[in-house]
Amino acid sequence: MSNTERNAEGIAKYCAGMEDKLVEYLDGRAKPAGRRAVEEHLAACSGCRNRAEEFRNLWAALEDLPVVSPSPAFDASLRARIAAEPARRGFWSWLPSPRLAFAVTALVAMSVWVASIPRVTINESPMTGVQVEADFSMIRDLPVLENYDVLSKFDALSELPAPPNGVATEEGTKEIR
Amino acid sequence: MARTDVQLMLDVKAGDEQSFELLLRKYRTPLVNFLYRMVRDSAVAEDLAQEVFLRVYRARKEYAPSAKFTTWMFRIATNLALNSVRDNRHRQMEISMDHAVDAGDDEHPAMEVPDRTPSVEQQLVARNRSEMILRAVHALPDKQRAAVLLHKYQELDYDEIARILECSESALKSLLFRAYETLRAELAPLVNSVRV
Repeated sequence: MSNTERNAEGIAKYCAGMEDKLVEYLDGRAKPAGRRAVEEHLAACSGCRNRAEEFRNLWAALEDLPVVSPSPAFDASLRARIAAEPARRGFWSWLPSPRLAFAVTALVAMSVWVASIPRVTINESPMTGVQVEADFSMIRDLPVLENYDVLSKFDALSELPAPPNGVATEEGTKEIR
Repeated sequence: MARTDVQLMLDVKAGDEQSFELLLRKYRTPLVNFLYRMVRDSAVAEDLAQEVFLRVYRARKEYAPSAKFTTWMFRIATNLALNSVRDNRHRQMEISMDHAVDAGDDEHPAMEVPDRTPSVEQQLVARNRSEMILRAVHALPDKQRAAVLLHKYQELDYDEIARILECSESALKSLLFRAYETLRAELAPLVNSVRV
């Protein structure tokens, strides 16, 4: 049987209500009312009485735990560690060094300067119906505009017989344009 | 008239280094013992005890006597010890995954037991007994171990221990009962021999 099993079995033998009272009673720190209540219970319960006795014996056995002493070098070593502590920093010591302060100031000034340069603003106002119509026309005429150079340099057009009057030619040219 | 720990600490706060010396002299042995029983390594215990005093010294300017000095000091010590145990457990787990280490008792030799008995045999019996107790205490769960050490060996009040371990007094009393119950089972030969 393992210790845990023995332990679990042991606890089952005793009153659960004594768990938070017995230790306090045995070490003499229980208040008078609590002490009387435990004493009355122990008088009536042999299981808890045995447990109390075993705890007293255990505490006597625990006295045999060896007491160790700090090594002779303990104090000297501690003093050395205290001496190695950095000096406490006052309020002024938290201020940055001149070089760092200059760098930060320059960075801030440059940021302000960059932010103050006027930017090209894009008119983001909502498009009106007329604008939409104009854009749509332009897209529609795009193939004609793309072919404008070809049409203007097309030699076959120059060999065409002259129109009966200059007005018609001009109108035709205008139409192409 | 002897000054209280709080008064000594307030004097340290005011710049009196001698008061720190008095606190050091008063608490270095209890602290080293408490930490040794927590971590079971004398070198680590001394290092941690120094760290506790160092932290007390560092915090002297901000010290406010809101609780007992021992509550504050053992709270620092307990936290350091629990962290150390956790780190060490983690390290050992890593080692054991690489090598099957036989974690025998020789790895943690007990510190010198004061030579109070004349015969070698009695000395060996006493040493074995101490070693058995130390092993049983060390086998307790971390929080139970700290509770037992602060209750049985430092004799701190319940409210102090509860504040150190951050639990209610009622929970602490149950925790102590379970811890002593485990020790009673583990140390049954010693308990019975005392009984006889």
